Amino acid sequence: MTDIQIGSEIPALELAPISRYTLALFAGASGDHNPIHIDSDFAKSAGMPDVFAHGMLSMAYLGRMLTNWQPQAKLKKFSNKFAAITQLQDVITCSGKVVELLEQEGKTLARCEIQAAKASGEQTLVGEALVEV
Amino acid sequence: MIDKKFIGHEFKPFSTTIEKGRLKFFAKAIGETNPIYFNEEAAKAEGHKSVLAPPTFPFTLSLESDDPFPVVTALKLEIGRILHGSQDFEYFAPIYAGDEITVSSKIVNIFDKKGGALEFVALQYSFTNQDGELVATSTNTLVYRNG
Repeated sequence: MTDIQIGSEIPALELAPISRYTLALFAGASGDHNPIHIDSDFAKSAGMPDVFAHGMLSMAYLGRMLTNWQPQAKLKKFSNKFAAITQLQDVITCSGKVVELLEQEGKTLARCEIQAAKASGEQTLVGEALVEV
Repeated sequence: MIDKKFIGHEFKPFSTTIEKGRLKFFAKAIGETNPIYFNEEAAKAEGHKSVLAPPTFPFTLSLESDDPFPVVTALKLEIGRILHGSQDFEYFAPIYAGDEITVSSKIVNIFDKKGGALEFVALQYSFTNQDGELVATSTNTLVYRNG
């Protein structure tokens, strides 16, 4: 792929509003059965306003954005910080862009800044990916 | 405060087989539409051995030991006070349905911020397939809310 340049944007991925159904499915499928994501009574007893999304659900959405853009075999590193909690009904959009091209062991890698954000613009996940060009 | 003597603590490695149905369930849960992540024929048509595990799936493998949260048990944490601080993956080879992955993990750091109001536990994982090939490594940081 020679069309990847500094400044190239990764096609964004906009998700449906986060629902309890989404969280229940993700709890089961991911194996993260922490009740704070699926049991409102438990979440409230732990001092949270309600259940909230697994960070790894949004990271999986970022992963979808990356593999929609490039084949997964090109993805070498993928990392993020969880900057804010994703609440029920939040509409998350994943986006990213190439910020640097690196030469490593004879290969060209695109360093991409990636993020997940709420409709308000508040960032929930902030990270980067290294993708072979 | 979490006892820093646990820095370096290694958890018992375990092995888990990647089930096609589990990958399909995971794909559904994250809204994945590319069939290489849930349909074997589609995966094979694109040159894959079988259904491909998506990039964050190693995290799910890390929860497949008999005790899904051994760090919670070892450090006597309350699960309702844990948040996910950060997550990193590095990839060396694909993970497919039918692979048997061995997961090794250890605590690499424990520290606190805001005068102990928040404590952090950093964990490191390695994922090795049935051929002894290291397929991925990951690190994650858990945040523990005190008070």
